[in-house]
Parts: sequence; C-alpha cells; structure tokens
Amino acid sequence: MPVEGFTLDLTTIWAFLIALAVLIYVILDGFDLGLGMLFALERKRGDRDVMMNSVAPVWDGNETWLVLGGGGLLAAFPLAYALILPALYAPIIAMLLALIFRGVAFEFRWRTERGRWAWDIAFIAGSGIAALSQGITLGGLLQGIQIDKAARAYSGGWWDWLTPFSLTVGVAVMVGYMLLGATWLVMKTGGPLQERMRARAWPLGAVTLAFIGIVSLWTPFLQDGYYNRWFADWRIALAGGVAAAVLAIAALMFRSLTIHRHEYRPFVLALMLFVLCFVGLGISMFPYIVPTEITIYEAAAPAKSQIFMLVGAVILLPVILIYTAYAYWVFRGKVDEGTGYH
Amino acid sequence: MLGSFDAILLARIQFAFTVSFHFLFPAFTIGLASYLAVLNGLWLWTRDGRYLDLFRYWVKIFALAFAMGVVSGIVMSYQFGTNWSVFSDKAGPVIGAPMAYEVLSAFFLEAGFLGIMLFGRSRVGDTLHMIACAAVAFGTFFSAFWILSVNSWMQTPTGFEIDAITGQFMPVDFWQIIFNPSFPYRLVHTVTAAYLTTAFIVGGVGAFHLLRHRRRGETPTPATRTMFSMAMWMAAIVAPVQIFLGDLHGLNTLEHQPIKVMAMEGHYESHPEGAPLYLFGLPNDETQTLDYAIGIPKVSSLILRHDLNAPMDGLDTIPDDEQPPVAIVFWSFRVMVALGFAMLGIGLWSLLARMRRQLYDATWLHRAALIMAPSGLIAVLAGWITTEVGRQPYTVYGLLRTADSAAPLAAPAVGASLVAFIVIYFSVFGAGTFYILRLMGRQPSSKEPRLADSVKGPIRTAGTTPAPEEATRRPDTTETGA
Ligand code: HDD
Ligand code: HEM
Ligand code: HEM
Repeated sequence: MPVEGFTLDLTTIWAFLIALAVLIYVILDGFDLGLGMLFALERKRGDRDVMMNSVAPVWDGNETWLVLGGGGLLAAFPLAYALILPALYAPIIAMLLALIFRGVAFEFRWRTERGRWAWDIAFIAGSGIAALSQGITLGGLLQGIQIDKAARAYSGGWWDWLTPFSLTVGVAVMVGYMLLGATWLVMKTGGPLQERMRARAWPLGAVTLAFIGIVSLWTPFLQDGYYNRWFADWRIALAGGVAAAVLAIAALMFRSLTIHRHEYRPFVLALMLFVLCFVGLGISMFPYIVPTEITIYEAAAPAKSQIFMLVGAVILLPVILIYTAYAYWVFRGKVDEGTGYH
Repeated sequence: MLGSFDAILLARIQFAFTVSFHFLFPAFTIGLASYLAVLNGLWLWTRDGRYLDLFRYWVKIFALAFAMGVVSGIVMSYQFGTNWSVFSDKAGPVIGAPMAYEVLSAFFLEAGFLGIMLFGRSRVGDTLHMIACAAVAFGTFFSAFWILSVNSWMQTPTGFEIDAITGQFMPVDFWQIIFNPSFPYRLVHTVTAAYLTTAFIVGGVGAFHLLRHRRRGETPTPATRTMFSMAMWMAAIVAPVQIFLGDLHGLNTLEHQPIKVMAMEGHYESHPEGAPLYLFGLPNDETQTLDYAIGIPKVSSLILRHDLNAPMDGLDTIPDDEQPPVAIVFWSFRVMVALGFAMLGIGLWSLLARMRRQLYDATWLHRAALIMAPSGLIAVLAGWITTEVGRQPYTVYGLLRTADSAAPLAAPAVGASLVAFIVIYFSVFGAGTFYILRLMGRQPSSKEPRLADSVKGPIRTAGTTPAPEEATRRPDTTETGA
C-alpha cells in the first residue's frame, strides 16, 4: 500500500475529485452561510432583503455540492462513508436540520409579514449551526475516530466527537465563513451596507487568521502522523511555505480591503485563504480518509464502480461548471434595494 | 435500557418518516415542473395571457414546494450513512454510482436552472427562459430515474457478485444493475403517479375557485377555467393508464417478489384451485389468518395469472421469518387501488360534464374534485408503503436483512434525532404547507404579480439593466406587475 509515494491511479483521482467537491462546497456555501450569520448584525429590513437576494438564485446550486460530496463518498469510498457518518452522527444530523431551516427561510420569508421575524431567526440560526456543525465534523474527523477494523464498523460512543479541538474548529469555520460572507457582500452591494461589510471584513479576517494559526499548530499534536507529516526533516520547509503563503495572502487581502478599497478582490483573496487551508488539510490527511486508520485504498470502491462514475464525472462536471458559471453571470453585478420594487 | 433491536426499529421509523416526507414534495414537483414548462410553452406559442397568469400563479407554489423537496432530500442522502452504515458499506459499490449520477445529471441541472426559471425571464429573454424551465423539468425526471433505479435494484438485485472477504456487493454489469427487472415498471408507475398527483392538486384548486365564484355569484377568471379543464383532461387520460401500469407492475412483482403479493392479497393460505380477491379482511399475523374476510372467488387468480383456476401459493408456504407484516401491506395496497379507481371516476365524470358543456358549472363534480385534491399524495405514500414494507425483512431483497443493515448506533442517539426530525418536519413543513394553501386560496388572475415583485416575492434580480419582463407581452393583455 503506497503510503508515502504518490501514484496517480483511479482511487487517487476519486479522492481528488471528492476533495474538490468538498472544497467547492466550502467556498460556495461558505459565503452564503456566512452571509446568513451576518444577517444577525443587519437589522434594517431593506438591507436584509438585499443580502438575501444576493444569494437567492444560487444557494440551491451551492448546496448541491454538499450532496455530491456525500453521494460521491458513498460511491467511491463506501467504507469511509459507513465509518464517518455514524461516528459524527450528532453534528451531521444537527447540520442537516439547520440546513432545513436555512433553506426554507429563502422562500418562507417572503410569504408572511407577521411571521417574517421567525424566518429571519431561522435563517441566522440555521446558517450558524450548519457552519458550526461542519467545523465540528471536520475537527471530529481530524482528531481520529475509533473503529473496529475487522467488523468494518465504528466502535466509539455517540459523544466521542465532542472535544475542545473539534469545538475550536467549529468556531473557526463559523468565523471564516463570515469573512467570506462579508467580502462577498462588499462585492455585491453598495452604499452604507457595503461600507459596514468592509468594516466588518477587517476584524473577521484578523480572527480567521488567528484561528488558522491555532488550528494549524494544534493539529500536528493530535497524532504523530500529522506531526511527522509537517515537521519531520525537509517537510518543515513545506509547513513554512504554506504558512508564508497564508500570511502573504492575508496581507494582500487587508490592503485590498482598506487601502485600495477594491470591490472584487477581497472576496477572491478570502477564497484563496480557504483554498490554502484546504491544501494544508490535504497534506495532513493524504492518503488517509479516516485518519489514521483507513487509507483511501482500503476504503475504495472496486475499479469497476470508479470507472463507471469517472466517465460520468468527466463528461458532466465541466458541463455543470459551465452552466453554474452561467447562472452566476446572469445574476452578476450589484444588488440594490430598488431592484425588483417596481 | 434499550437494546440494539430498538435502535434498529427507531432507525426504520426514522427512515420511513423522513423519506415519506421527502417524497411528498417530489411527487408534486415532478408533475408541476412539467406543467410549468407546458404553460410557459403555451404562452410563448399562443401569447394568450391566461397561460402566463397560470405560470406566474403556480411558479410561486412550485418555488415553495421545491425548496422543501431540496432540504428534505439532502437529509435523505446522508441518512444512508448515518442510520444504515452497514448497508452503505455493503451496497455502496453498486448503488453509489447511480446515486452519484443522480447528483451529476439531475440535482445540478435542477439547481442550476431553477434561479433562471424563477427570476431570470427578464434577464435572459424568452428562449433561454424556456430552456431553463425545460431543464428543471428534465432534472426532476432524471432524479426520479436514478433514485428509482437504486430502489428497484434493492427490490430485484441483478448484475453483481458478492465479495468473499468483505461481503460487499460488487458490480459486474452496470447495465443490468440500472435496468434491473423491476425498474421499468417502477419508473413509469411512479412518474405517472407524480403527474396524477399534480393533476389532482391543480384540479382541486381550480374546483375550489369555481365553487367560490359560484357562491359569490361572480364569473371565474379564464385562467381558473383553463386550469380546471387541463387538470381534468389529465385525470381522464392518465388515470386509466395508471391502473393499467399498476396491473403490469403487480405482475412483475408476482414474478420477482411473490411473498409481497401474497401479503398484498392477504393470501395466508394456498389456493390450489384459484385464489379469491379479498376486498376486506383483518390480517392476523399471529394466527396467520385473514379474519372477517370478504372476497370474490377466483378473481385474484384471474387478475394475476389470467386464469380463473390457476393455483396460487399462500404465506403458509413461507417461513415466518421471511414474511413481511401483512396488515400494513394489505391495507396500504387497498388504499392506493381505491384511490386509483376514484381518480378514474373523476376523470370519466369530467368527460361526461364536458360532453354536456357543463364542465364549469357541475357543482358536484367540483366538490368531488376538491375532496380529491390530496388523493395523489395519499396514493403515492400508500403505494410506497406497500412496496417497502412488502419487501421486509430485507433491504436488499433476499440477500441482506434489514436487521443486518443498520448502523452501530445507540438507541438514545437514534431516538433523539427521530424526535428532532418529527418536531422540526411538522413545524417547518407545516408552515410551508400553510403558505402554499394560502397562495392557493387566491385566484389566478391577470393581476398575478411576478415572483420578483415587491414585498410578495424575493427580488433576486441583481443587476445593471434589467429589461422589463413585460416587454415580451402584447399590449392587449394589460399587465399591472410593473
Ligand atoms: C397516484 C398514485 C398511484 C395510483 C393511483 C396507483 N398507484 Fe400503484 N404505486 C404508486 C402510485 C400509485 C407508487 C407510489 O408510485 C408506487 C410505489 C412504488 C412504486 O413503484 O410505485 C406504487 C406501487 C404499486 C405496486 C407495488 C409494486 C411493488 O412493490 O413491487 C403495485 C402492485 C401497484 N402500485 C399497483 C397499482 C394498481 C393496480 C393501481 C390501480 C388502481 C395503482 N397501483 C394505482
Ligand atoms: C426510491 C428511493 C428509496 C430508497 C432507495 C429507499 C430505501 C429504503 C431503505 C434503505 C429503507 C430502510 C431499510 C428497511 O427498513 O427496509 C427503507 C425503508 C422504508 N421506506 Fe424506503 N426507500 C425509497 C423510497 C421510499 C419512499 C418514497 C417511501 C414513501 C413512503 C418509502 C417508505 C419506506 C418505508 C415505510 C420504510 C420502512 C419499512 C420497514 O422498515 O418496515 N421509501 N427504504
Ligand atoms: C431515499 C431516497 C432518496 C434520496 C437519498 C434522495 C435525495 C435527494 C436530494 C439530496 C435532493 C436535493 C437535491 C438538490 O440539492 O437539489 C432531492 C430532491 C429531489 N428528489 Fe429525492 N431522494 C430520495 C428519494 C426520492 C424519490 C423516491 C424521488 C422520486 C421518484 C425523488 C425525486 C426527487 C426530486 C424530483 C427532487 C428535486 C426537488 C423536488 O422536486 O422537490 N427523490 N432528493
């Protein structure tokens, strides 16, 4: 089993594709969940309308990447799917329930005057809890889960995921998503709302950076495997490189936000921060899918399934990306309060 | 303390509950998406304002139902792992791929074009908007295609072998897996069911407004009449087709899952000389008898074997631990069939009224159509309960038992999440249903506001130069949306 070496085989391709789906999910739904949390801070009805309308045409597509991540995991790595989901049962169910509240709020909010406040709360709380649960899920996976290899089953309890580490990752993800949300709104809005978002993006960026630091320093000490991967011999240079890149991008983002007062660039840079963190995560985990018990090779579906799906993915993913980009293009530009109020 | 059996029972209840709720929405939106595409096409073709009014009326309802379908569906895609992890590990190599295809070919298509369908007419123009409507409708169909293929494979598994070491189902031939023997029947019967479900909801709403107008002495709007008429055509044409398809489906089930059919028919005992069709009876699994049975001799053999005297085996030939709970299957099947015939009745009645040129004045027909509005939803649930309970005690028929499929979870964890699902589903989807009913309570008119209008709907147009949607509309149908 190639643990050290990297070979490009079907299983690796699928690991990469699923990681890609999760990454796309994180950055797309990340900004709209973050926007949901920022909803709490904007009390004016008009501002809230604008915020929600900036994501309303695309949120469903954004969430579909989550379904692809889950469905893809089942298809390409059924064993991992069967181990991880029961292990992280509580945060996953919490996430699903939170996404229900948040998703329906998009439609329900417009259908009632008297009850609007309730759906505003559903939107805020749903977004917040979904983000928190996703972070906890990630933290819970990173810290390792207890399995019975012979039985091919999870063997821990149903509170195992709850640790200071997983909670920290949970909060980190919440803050990071809010940063994405704020920079998205800098791009999509104008006037006072945009100014406030610009002002908020700054501290959110600082806190995100702090959390990236904490989680990155904490992770290597969770398990020896992570430590060796980052700090043994030449690899320390890799760690240094990733850290330097994060700092450089963060610096660019702060300058872009405050000094140059760009509109699009802060969002793009915030996305790049997320991509870098994700790459770091990949370095920690590869080739494990359930750290540090099960590798992608052990969990992989047979080649027949992987090939069959790969055909579909190779044809359909580019098409999906094209029409998704087209949908974003159709709804491009600023959302302003007047639009739609004829 | 609760044992592991209870965790499995709770997981079963949880799955049945969440999937039943989920399916109510697609059952409606699969049909409604096609209806909207047809309405939009008719509007573009004829430029008759009625169709645009109807499109605008139903698209708001569609948006609500679709959102609920999506969020309850996301729950489903994770339920396999959270509650049925052993099943996922074992069957994943086979069913994972079709489910991934569902995401790639259906969910993205729906989600990608939904925004344009709902809010994009003024931004992309009529042609692309029409394409978006069609894409959403196709998406809902593809969705049904793949998930029903998966479900059918679980009912009639083919095209696989079992790995000696891991015990996993390994694919041998994906063509056989996807087009397994019960799939074609299940697909057409279920999609037709979705069309009927929509037809009866649309017809019920139309009937409601016709009745209300009559009571108030007003004339119904042209849109109201059109919607009632279209729905009644669907009922008259599709209901008989559905009964025919149901019969074919039953024959297929007899071939592949005879035990299920014994339960549906209430045949505890074998009938070597032709089996009766039981109309009523109280199944008793303890004594293995159908108490207080009322039946027509030999008709079951006639329907299932096309021969009055064909012998039929009963559950007495089947060991107890291979039998599904008969009462649930027996009754849910009768509910579905009864509703199917009731739908046929409404369809014929509407033809009669149409012939007499009384379609819009036949008060009793309208009352009946109003009562039948939810009949499709009930029939669909009843049908699925027949199907799913009838295949017990297996998840993968004959090969993997339900008891061996569940995740190693503690009963309190499953119990707590089950309670959360029940409370949240009833409150959230209850509110959604209330909003839908409120929208249905308004009659469709040429003043139909656009989804994008004012406080009544999300704006979602984000942009530089939104061309007014009304530009595509002829001046003779005055538009007050702007
Ligand atoms: C509007 C809904 C509707 C209506 C009116 C009917 N059905 Fe149905 N039926 C369904 C909706 C449905 C369904 C929900 O779509 C099911 C569940 C699973 C499936 O494949 O289709 C189903 C299943 C189902 C099955 C179970 C097959 C299996 O589990 O293997 C049989 C035998 C029938 N149907 C037969 C009929 C007959 C004889 C009908 C005529 C009166 C009928 N159905 C009307
Ligand atoms: C087409 C996709 C579907 C798939 C893949 C599917 C799969 C499953 C699975 C894995 C279980 C749990 C194991 C078991 O108890 O046998 C189950 C049970 C069940 N499902 Fe489905 N299901 C589907 C659709 C539906 C729908 C639309 C309904 C709507 C009513 C439904 C009703 C039930 C019920 C009532 C049970 C519980 C049966 C029992 O445990 O006694 N299913 N199904
Ligand atoms: C257990 C089985 C099922 C699973 C895992 C499942 C999964 C899902 C998921 C994840 C979504 C959301 C898609 C999105 O993000 O846009 C969804 C929606 C949908 N599902 Fe299911 N589903 C199941 C059963 C069914 C059945 C039985 C049908 C139809 C025959 C169906 C038809 C649809 C349709 C048409 C939608 C689009 C939303 C809507 O129309 O309301 N699903 N489903």
